[in-house]
Amino acid sequence: MNTNYTFAFITLVIILIICFFANISLGSVSIPLSAIFESFIGTLDHESWPYIIKDYRLPKAFTAILVGSGLGISGLLMQTLFRNPLAGPFVLGISSGASLGVALIILGVGIFGGAYATFFVSKWSIIIAASLGSFLVLSAVLIVSSKVRDTMAILIIGLMFGSITAAVVSVLSYFSSAEQLQQYIFWGFGSLGNLSWQELGIFFIVYSLGILLTLFSIKGLNSLLLGENYAKSLGLNIKQTRLIIILATSLLAGTITAFAGPIAFIGLAIPHITRQVFTTSNHKVLLPAVFLFGAIIMLICDSIAQLPTSDYFLPINAITSLIGAPVVIWLLVRKRKMLF
Amino acid sequence: MNNKQQHIILKTENLTIGYASKKVETIVASNINMALQRGQLIGLVGANGIGKSTFLRTLTNVQNKLSGSVFLNKQNLDTFTQIDLAKTMSLVLTEKIASKNLSVFELVSLGRQPYTNWVGNLSETDLEVVSRALKQTNIETLKDKKCFELSDGQLQKVMIARALAQDTDLIILDEPTTHLDMYHKAYILKLLQKLVKETNKTILFSSHEIDLAIQLCDTMVVMTHNSVITDTPCNLISEGVFDTLFPKDLITFNNQTGSFRINK
Repeated sequence: MNTNYTFAFITLVIILIICFFANISLGSVSIPLSAIFESFIGTLDHESWPYIIKDYRLPKAFTAILVGSGLGISGLLMQTLFRNPLAGPFVLGISSGASLGVALIILGVGIFGGAYATFFVSKWSIIIAASLGSFLVLSAVLIVSSKVRDTMAILIIGLMFGSITAAVVSVLSYFSSAEQLQQYIFWGFGSLGNLSWQELGIFFIVYSLGILLTLFSIKGLNSLLLGENYAKSLGLNIKQTRLIIILATSLLAGTITAFAGPIAFIGLAIPHITRQVFTTSNHKVLLPAVFLFGAIIMLICDSIAQLPTSDYFLPINAITSLIGAPVVIWLLVRKRKMLF
Repeated sequence: MNNKQQHIILKTENLTIGYASKKVETIVASNINMALQRGQLIGLVGANGIGKSTFLRTLTNVQNKLSGSVFLNKQNLDTFTQIDLAKTMSLVLTEKIASKNLSVFELVSLGRQPYTNWVGNLSETDLEVVSRALKQTNIETLKDKKCFELSDGQLQKVMIARALAQDTDLIILDEPTTHLDMYHKAYILKLLQKLVKETNKTILFSSHEIDLAIQLCDTMVVMTHNSVITDTPCNLISEGVFDTLFPKDLITFNNQTGSFRINK
C-alpha cells in the first residue's frame, strides 16, 4: 500500500531539491548556494550572477523538471496502454512529426529560398513548426488507427508513419546545404536552455493540461493492466480511456518536443527505473514516482551536459542516453527481471 | 414452473452467434434457447470449434451477437450500461493478464473498480470484500506475492478471487481448467462448487473436463452441431446426449461410469 512508499517518496523529494539547486549552481561559472538564496530574496550583490540565475539557470532548471517528468509520464502511459515495455512517448509519431515540421522549415529554406529564410527561421517558427508537424502526423496516425480495433495495430501504424517522415526528411537533407543540415542536426540534439519565462509559462500551461488528463485516467490505467477485455468487464469505457491517454501523451510529449527538441531515451527509461524501486503496478503510486525520477534524472543529465566550470556544453540528447542506458542495463542485470 | 421462472438469471432467445464482417456473416451456432437457474454451478461443454468460446464471448458482451436476445436478470443485455453490467457479471478469461507485475492483492482489488471512486481508492467495504474473496479461495498467504511468482493453478485461484471481489450475481469462466494438472483441475472445479454453495452466486464455466463436470455441476449446457441442450447431468446421460458430442470412431461415452473410454 501507499504507506510503504512514504520513505521512498520523501527521499526522492529531498534528492530532487538537492539536484535542483546543484543544477542552478553548476555551469560555466559556479555560483555558491548562499548566492542563489540571496538572489531569490533579491539581496544578492554581484555584477552578473543575478541575471545568470534569473534569466538563464532558473528557467533551465524548471524546463528540465517539466521535460523529465513529462517524458517519463508519457512513457509510462504508452507502456501501459500498449502493454509493451518498449513503448515510449514518441510511438505515436510525435517526434517524427516534429522533426518533419522543423526539417521543412530549416531544410526547406534551400528549396524555397530567399525571403522565406530570414522570415521563418526564428525560434518561434521552429516551435510552431514542431507543434504543427507533431499534430499533423499524430492526427494521421490516429485517423488510420481508428479504422482498426486492435490497440497493438496503433503501435505499428505509429512506427510506419515514423518511417515515412524519416524518409521525407532524408530527401530534404539530400537537397540541403551543409549549414542548414547542421542547424537541423543541432535542433535534434535537444536543448533545455533557450526558454524565456514567457515561453516557460506557455509550456507549463500545456504541460498541466496533460497532467490533469493523466490524473483522470489513473483508474483506467490500472484496469488496463489486466488487458482490454478484463478492463471492459470492469466497466471501463475503453475507447474513451484510450482517447484520454493518447491526448495526455500528445500534450505532454508534443509540447516538450516543441520547446526542447526530441529528447531521446528518458521517456522509455524512467518508467523502468521507477519500477525497480517502486515494485507496484498501481498508477496512483507510479505516476508521482515517475514524475520525481524523471525530474531528478533530467536535472542530473543537464548538470553533466553543462560540463561544469568549462565554457563548453554537450548536447543533452547524447547525455540522456550515455548516462541513462547503462543505468537501465545495470538495474536489469542486478534485478534479473524486467518488471512490467 | 412459475417459481422456476422467478429464479432465471441468464436466458437466451433465438440467439444466433458468429462473426460478422462487412460482406459476410459467419454463423457459428443459431437459435440457441437456454435458461439458467440462479445459484447453480453450470458447465458448458462441447467439442473443439463448436463455438463455446464464441457463445461465452457473446453472453459476456465481448463480441456482438448476430441476432436474437440475451437476458441477464430479466433485463436485455443490450440495455445494460457498462458499469451496471460490471456489477452484475464478472469474468475469468483464458487470455493472460497484461502485467504480471501486479501483486495478488492489487489484482484482486481491481475487482472493486466498478464500485470505487474516480481514482480507485478502496473503502472499508471494498477491503472487506477483497479479504473475504482471498479467504474464500484460500489464497490469503499469497496476498503479497507478485503474479509472475505464481503457478498456473495459483494464478487461476487469484483470477477467481478477483471475480468474487467484483461481487456479481453471475460469474462466467472460459475454460478455467486448461493448463492445469489433474489434481488442480478437480481442485478449481470443486472450489467453484463450494463458492456456489457458500455465496449463492451463479457460476457458468466452459470446460473440456466432461467427466468432472458431470460429477460436480448442477446443470450442464451441451453444445453440439445441431443443438444446445440444457439439463441436469443425470438427465443428459439418460437421454444419451453425451454420445452425440464427438465422432464415434475413437471414443464412446460410458453411461455407467459417466466418462469417455477409448474404443478398444
